[in-house]
Amino acid sequence: MSLTREEVEKVSLLARLRLSEAELDQMTRQLGTIVEYVELIAEVDTTGVEPMAHVADVANVFRDDEVRPSLPRDEALRGAPNHDDECYRVPAVMGD
Amino acid sequence: MSKPHEVIIGLEIHVQLATRSKLFCGCSTQFGAEPNTQTCPVCIGMPGTLPVMNRRAYELAVRTAAALDCEIAEFTKWDRKNYYYPDLPKAYQISQYDLPFSENGGLLVHDPKQQIEPRFIRLIRVHLEEDAGKSMHDEAAGRDDSRIDLNRAGTPLMEVVTQPDIRTPLEARLFLTELKLVLTYLGVSDCNMQEGSLRVDANINLHVDEGGETVATPIVEVKNLNSFRAVERALEYEAVRQLDVYEETGQRIGDVPKQTRGWDDAAGVSRAMRHKEESSDYRYFPDPDLVPVRITAEQIAAARAAVGERPAELRARLEREFGLGGYDSDVIVNGGRELVDYFLELAERAGDGKLASNWLQQDVMRALNDRAITIGEYPVSAAALAELLAKVKGGELDRNRGRDVLADMEAHGRGVEAAMASLGIESVDDDALVALCRELIAANPAIVADVQAGKAKAAGALIGQARQKNPNVNPGEVRRICLELIEAM
Repeated sequence: MSLTREEVEKVSLLARLRLSEAELDQMTRQLGTIVEYVELIAEVDTTGVEPMAHVADVANVFRDDEVRPSLPRDEALRGAPNHDDECYRVPAVMGD
Repeated sequence: MSKPHEVIIGLEIHVQLATRSKLFCGCSTQFGAEPNTQTCPVCIGMPGTLPVMNRRAYELAVRTAAALDCEIAEFTKWDRKNYYYPDLPKAYQISQYDLPFSENGGLLVHDPKQQIEPRFIRLIRVHLEEDAGKSMHDEAAGRDDSRIDLNRAGTPLMEVVTQPDIRTPLEARLFLTELKLVLTYLGVSDCNMQEGSLRVDANINLHVDEGGETVATPIVEVKNLNSFRAVERALEYEAVRQLDVYEETGQRIGDVPKQTRGWDDAAGVSRAMRHKEESSDYRYFPDPDLVPVRITAEQIAAARAAVGERPAELRARLEREFGLGGYDSDVIVNGGRELVDYFLELAERAGDGKLASNWLQQDVMRALNDRAITIGEYPVSAAALAELLAKVKGGELDRNRGRDVLADMEAHGRGVEAAMASLGIESVDDDALVALCRELIAANPAIVADVQAGKAKAAGALIGQARQKNPNVNPGEVRRICLELIEAM
């Protein structure tokens, strides 16, 4: 089972990517190859194998609840396309 | 005449956990800081950063799950919930999808006013996730952009999701009140709604009885609920509105997509909110940056054992061991664990639960309220108040004199004896009391005649006069002696 063009269109919308018709065709083909490759795994009999949640066989990595210094505000805002020295400025958020 | 129907309500509650630092980084969670002063590369989603789980957040979450009788998973993991929103810097929220740290459980909802029967509301799950930032639309400046403050991004949240077991708006409010009380007792959150530490969304629809067939109406999610009272009002409004819509359109669940409505508390109406551009497709997948958490059965058992008495159990104990009514036990338990402990010591020492409850509610709690202090700051210890109650119970002081003494104890931090001495209260010896009564009887032949004529009430006037002559006399004693003397005449 490969990817359909409609599926790629939907994923590109979710990823906020505007693809041209040509790019859509190309992506459908390329992503399809990747999906097909991953589907090879489905041929392996996994009866009795526990699903893996993480590649590293480690658990319980914690830090103590201690406050550490935050970034200076000007440094935090510096990379933003738009800010007013206090907040990030973004196109209007309406609704909720 | 509207069709018979049942109201179906489920709640989603987000609770900010009482940690000092964020869920996956060391930034402070302190409320009220200047915008964007509590962020770091981890919580503003810079590439190449690595989140590390806050141990305390996990512990508080497990404590809550234990108190809500949830099944606690021995294995839990973290997932990315992907969506674009300006207040979500990573474009995904770290949350829990298929393996939350706890499931099931529930909470018994009770009503101190007994308008409803106690009901057990089941929970679907309790999971952990990080909060998003805050967006503010800058209308005052007349600009068409929004301001984003990311101080809150990454703050630990616990999401509690109920089954759609709630049947009335009142029940929804009572559930939230009890949940908040439990969380407050556990110390896992300050539950401050004004500061956003506790947020509620409600899902509601109707099951309409169409001549034996049950028809479900479309589910509506109600947001912008800023108080428990607002939750109740919004749901009352919504139940009526949905029935109207159903009777007008006949729309059933599945006919239209799930709608989100915002509650306008001032106007008392809900309004449709703008639909997201596409239906939610969060493309959850396990977060490769975070390793899973394992907890042993022994650790889970220890967490359950550490929960202690929950509010419902405390209420039951106050009623069982001290004979209090449901209303009184509710008032005391709502006052918090410290107040309950004060009551327990007071009632034990005084040997009278009802007397202790009366004084606690009518005098101590009033004083706490007037002075805006907690029971921990109240100057009169339970032991000292118990001594005062012993004197009231023994007839040495009446209620009003007892109040004077308590006021003096509060004001000067003195013990009962010292307070009584400073007010000039001494116990009047029996001979002096009898002499005083004889004097009053001799001076009031008209009252004596009334009493002899069978009007025992007339003796009240003698008591008043006795207190004028000596404020320390016990009114009950004066009455008893006067009546005895008159009878012997």
